[in-house]
Amino acid sequence: MTDDRIVPVTMPKWGLSMQLGKITAWVVAEGDEVQVGDDLADIETEKITGTLEAADAGTVRRIIAQVGEDVPVSGTIALIAPAEVGGDALDAAVLQARAVIDAGVPEDADGGAELQTADVGGRKISYAGAGQDGDVILLVHGYGGDRNSWLFLQEPLAAKYRVYALDLPGHGTSAKDVGDGSLGALADAVTGVLDAIGADRAHLVGHSMGGAVALAVAGRDPGRVASLTLIAPSGFGSGINAGYLRGFADAQTRRELKPVVGQLFADESLVTRQLVDDLLAYKRLDGVDESLHALLDMLLDGDAQRGDSAAALAAVLAAGGGAMPVTVVWGRGDRIIPAAQAEAVTGAVSHLIDDAGHMPQMERPAEVQAAIEETIARAG
Amino acid sequence: MARNITYREALNEALTQEMERDETVIVMGEDNAGGAGAPGDDDAWGGVLGVTKGLYHKFPGRVLDTPISESAFIGAAIGAATAGMRPVAELMFVDFMGVCFDQIYNQAAKFRYMFGGKAVTPVVIRTMYGAGLRAAAQHSQCLYPLFTHIPGLKVVMPSTPYDAKGMMIQAIRDNDPVMFFEHKALYDLSGPVPEESYALPFGEANVVRDGDDVTIVSLGRMVHTSLEAAGQLAADGVQCEVIDLRTTSPLDEDTVLESVEGTGRLVVVDEAHPRCNIATDISALVARKGFGSLRAPIEMVTAPHTPVPFSNALEDIYIPDAQRVVNAVKTVTGWSR
Repeated sequence: MTDDRIVPVTMPKWGLSMQLGKITAWVVAEGDEVQVGDDLADIETEKITGTLEAADAGTVRRIIAQVGEDVPVSGTIALIAPAEVGGDALDAAVLQARAVIDAGVPEDADGGAELQTADVGGRKISYAGAGQDGDVILLVHGYGGDRNSWLFLQEPLAAKYRVYALDLPGHGTSAKDVGDGSLGALADAVTGVLDAIGADRAHLVGHSMGGAVALAVAGRDPGRVASLTLIAPSGFGSGINAGYLRGFADAQTRRELKPVVGQLFADESLVTRQLVDDLLAYKRLDGVDESLHALLDMLLDGDAQRGDSAAALAAVLAAGGGAMPVTVVWGRGDRIIPAAQAEAVTGAVSHLIDDAGHMPQMERPAEVQAAIEETIARAG
Repeated sequence: MARNITYREALNEALTQEMERDETVIVMGEDNAGGAGAPGDDDAWGGVLGVTKGLYHKFPGRVLDTPISESAFIGAAIGAATAGMRPVAELMFVDFMGVCFDQIYNQAAKFRYMFGGKAVTPVVIRTMYGAGLRAAAQHSQCLYPLFTHIPGLKVVMPSTPYDAKGMMIQAIRDNDPVMFFEHKALYDLSGPVPEESYALPFGEANVVRDGDDVTIVSLGRMVHTSLEAAGQLAADGVQCEVIDLRTTSPLDEDTVLESVEGTGRLVVVDEAHPRCNIATDISALVARKGFGSLRAPIEMVTAPHTPVPFSNALEDIYIPDAQRVVNAVKTVTGWSR
């Protein structure tokens, strides 16, 4: 019987296809005290390199997985426990964990949640769900992203909620036709996915352009939206890095795309070759170039940002008598939409995150998760 | 949505999607349908190794079975291209290119230049290359260096199913004549390929493995041989950066030079004969433009300067294998003045 004061640190599941992760470096050592959100280890998957953050506070008593070792998803890589827990109990837990790591990926391991599709007004929209119980959360990515923008968040949130992430039209594996390229056309896809999963009410989390899309959904049907978490949302001010948007839309080669994508992150070393290759493979699909350029016209007016998310938010809050919880999350190091625009958002709780750029959900996922859960809690 | 399909299926899918998209795309070649002596049109062979199978019935009148006269049907394809069609002609084995070389290098390759850009020749010539199928000296050669030599031709050789589909679509949409090389030993290779259409631009090499110690430049089937070697070397602590050129014309010089700048050591792996091949070309490039980065002499791993042997045992020795690549890498890492 394992001592329940021993808390395992497990290999995370970052994305539907992940089965193995490799520790490339331990940030902590045995004996270190960690707080929730502290960096524990750098982990590399086939797709991406990321940093695992502590989900629990305590003392790191044992490090089990060695640097360079492949560990199956959910395998225990370290143990956190208070000082009172004896060495024998820890050693027994280490043995158990070691057996799991040595066994490798189980033969019958599935790829996680199935990718599903909904027909929305004749367009195929892809989405994937995780989690069995609880409120529905729908994650809405930004310009040029896809449901994998949430790969560090979807599984952790799924412990308590039913968490869906979709590919907006023109993105990921959804239809590449964006209609008139308006926020309304994108909002239709979000509503369509809510219909497809049978959700009368959901918490919406929108990133960047997806934030404006989530606002548009709430504006049309405030009763359907239980809360809004807007991460570096577009449309709250005129300032925007237009060079980034045009550079992303226009880049044809890896050499052109890599420096553009680097601007998304505070730490550019997160931009792996695989990330750039995946983005290029997406950009090269027929129809994507046209879609990205059509959406540019919606996002930009010359070099200024279009849109009036402040008015949209005010209307949403007025419609609900101010009852809808709204949170704005911004990375202080955002080089795409300045974090100062968070000050212009009224009627929302603001979280500014250090050491994060335009993608805090990838750079500081634990803090973003906490902000989302806190917003949902306010919805009661 | 990507799923795993073979290199052969990826090519078939590219042809299908482009024929659906653009009615000027036609397919022609020996045994693309019917075949000499076959009972009728229903007996669709789909080419000698089955790449075009199924197209004959999907696209009536647009899959043309030709006589065994390469000079006639390659010339016809080139002529049709100048007159507004986008033909994909299959010339079975590159070894047979000799009989229609004039149409390719002296006609198709020259039209755009000689007519001041007023004529375009959007023809794709598909062909198989490479040893390993026990097909001996006249059906196993790697003649892509001959075509790389000629201005006006694009020369491409995908190494994976993903690249095969995207490069075939680009080849069909391209307004220049494209020599499309398919290695016989790769047709059953499986890998992820999106269902949607996509075009891969020519002239962009692919870095298929990152490493700091040695740059391995390779192409076609040799990419897989190089990756196998790189995997073995990693166990010994030697990290190889493996580059797949993907196209030899146009050539992505920058990716090669940037890599050698980082590693200081170069091994080039090419299945062609050793004289005037892609390995010598890349070696010359790096010796000229990357000399300052080199910390050891360049090594080349190639087939020998001999016809492909008929004997199975000799053919196996003839084809560069991972062990030879490992040895070459050890030579450059172990070199000292």
